[in-house]
Amino acid sequence: MEAFRKITSKTVVLPVDNVDTDQIIPARFLTITTKLGLGESLFADWRNDPEFVLNRPEAEGASILVAGENFGCGSSREHAPWALLDFGFRAVVSSSIADIFKNNAVKNGLVPVEVDAKAHRFLLENPGASVTVDLEACKLVLPDGGAAEFLLDGFARHCLMNGIDQLDFLLQQEEAIARFESTST
Amino acid sequence: MNEPKARTLFEKLWTRHVVQPATEDHPAVIYIDLHLIHEVTSPQAFDELRRKNIPLRRPDRTIATMDHSIPTLFDGDEPLYSDDKTRAQVDTLRTNCDEYGVRLYAMGETGQGIVHVIGPELGLTQPGRTIVCGDSHTSTHGAFGAWAFGIGTTEVGHVMATQSLLQRQPKTFEVRLDGRLATGVTAKDLILAVIREVGVDGGRGHVIEYTGSCIASLSMDERMTICNMSIEAGARAGLIAPDETTFTYLEGREFAPTGDGWAAAVADWRTLPTDAGARYDKSVTLDASRVKPMVTYGTNPGMSVSIDEAIPDPASRGEQAQAAASSQALEYMRMQPGESLVGKSVDVVFIGSCTNARLEDLRAAASLMKGRKVAPGVRVLVVPGSQEIKRRAVDEGLDRVFREAGAEWRDPGCSMCIAMNGDGVAAGELAVSTSNRNFEGRQGKGARTVLASPLTAAAAAIGGTIADPRELLD
Repeated sequence: MEAFRKITSKTVVLPVDNVDTDQIIPARFLTITTKLGLGESLFADWRNDPEFVLNRPEAEGASILVAGENFGCGSSREHAPWALLDFGFRAVVSSSIADIFKNNAVKNGLVPVEVDAKAHRFLLENPGASVTVDLEACKLVLPDGGAAEFLLDGFARHCLMNGIDQLDFLLQQEEAIARFESTST
Repeated sequence: MNEPKARTLFEKLWTRHVVQPATEDHPAVIYIDLHLIHEVTSPQAFDELRRKNIPLRRPDRTIATMDHSIPTLFDGDEPLYSDDKTRAQVDTLRTNCDEYGVRLYAMGETGQGIVHVIGPELGLTQPGRTIVCGDSHTSTHGAFGAWAFGIGTTEVGHVMATQSLLQRQPKTFEVRLDGRLATGVTAKDLILAVIREVGVDGGRGHVIEYTGSCIASLSMDERMTICNMSIEAGARAGLIAPDETTFTYLEGREFAPTGDGWAAAVADWRTLPTDAGARYDKSVTLDASRVKPMVTYGTNPGMSVSIDEAIPDPASRGEQAQAAASSQALEYMRMQPGESLVGKSVDVVFIGSCTNARLEDLRAAASLMKGRKVAPGVRVLVVPGSQEIKRRAVDEGLDRVFREAGAEWRDPGCSMCIAMNGDGVAAGELAVSTSNRNFEGRQGKGARTVLASPLTAAAAAIGGTIADPRELLD
């Protein structure tokens, strides 16, 4: 996993609430046994529309996606963050992000950024704005220099900032796990 | 002396599974009693074990089945795969299970079926357990008072390697459902009504516990339908306290405790329900007796109405993005605000999925279809949730009822709920489906899905249009 400290990018805005993981990556692309190449199928059905935001020249090179509330709801498919990362996104910004998606995102180096309603509205209304996701400060810096704070679990943040695999921590708990098994189960 | 603190069912489940408590530096390490795996979300996790040269820690706590991408049609014993990719995915699961010593319920074998159907059926799903699977509908198992939740593939790997997961303690949300369901109204209608009430993100960050006299009156099949769709309210899990109904269901099942072990287990399970005076972080109450048959009109499970209600106007939704999502949904569904769903022409009816493919669901649908015919031009697929359900349905003659009516009777699998296996709805077609998601394209690119109960689905099959099933009841 690539470490993430701070990135600055223009945004791509998808002003729709409850974007589900079936939209992010339709189920017919889940018949693979690897994680590779999913960016091609990101939002596959919406991309049929030539006017869809990801098809527009402004989207070129953007690594921050801004979406409506409850982004990533639905299925637990990790193919959703894999597809977003493969396409080139490193952060997703919304007023709220679904639990399983958020959990999957941080394990892969995609930063879930949940901001307050005011900052969210500004971002929705200003597509292409240049913003900075500063993971060290847990701040989203807006073009006018103002900043919106966001919360991220400290452990997930530590792992993201240092490119650490969370499994390494769990593997270090072997003794405690073995002890638990011998007494409780 | 202080009274011991009154605790909720969830708090008890949490406490029982803490290997290492949470600190500011890290989440709690939670022990996982049972790991269910299937062909779609496990291959990359097995690859990770191989890459890191880590053994599968507890093959004895890992159970595999084939369900998501398998065909439901066979030529003799030969499965009719939709393409080489699905075949390769299924073969990969077989190879991985062989290599790592995982018990696999393979296609066609006794015990095989949709992962959330077979766990309970085999008696693997037990009160007090932690159960995970790389599938969001793992919440189904919460119907037994187990803490069960869906995880992504990275966490599938974590459980394979350590039988544990890192978790921050979720909040608790009581959904109290009192009163009896009216005739012709099912658990599916009730959970759709709940999701409409709390919203598709109302459960975010919370574990829902369903309580109240209505829940207590439901069978295990019905309780599973309720807990199954907890994720559609955004919840991290759904729970129902174990009671006599739970114990009666489990007794004698293959992996249920036996002899003295059974008595001890039941005694323990009786200590699980929420203590009097325990507090939930939030609560909502619904009068279940007022719920009518429900149908969805939009592209998420919260966009539903009672069968006799008109489609609401998206302009009435406050926020801009919300209104935009609603009008995009209506456009996709080719529906108009103010109109009724009743009378809309139906192309496909799907009776199946981890929500509604258990025996009681099939019995309900068959009760309406018996002696009647599927309307001309309507394609009806009935897909039992497991080999066991298929066997029992055949014993009762349900397969004959469906076939004689003109429906297709298939082999067990997820089938048209996720449409990975070739069982799909064509672009533009309207499907009445007993599954759990009406997302755009969920049942096939361009497919339009109306979620409903098995009774409402059967009524649509017979009438060829969306109809109130209560009008067909004797």
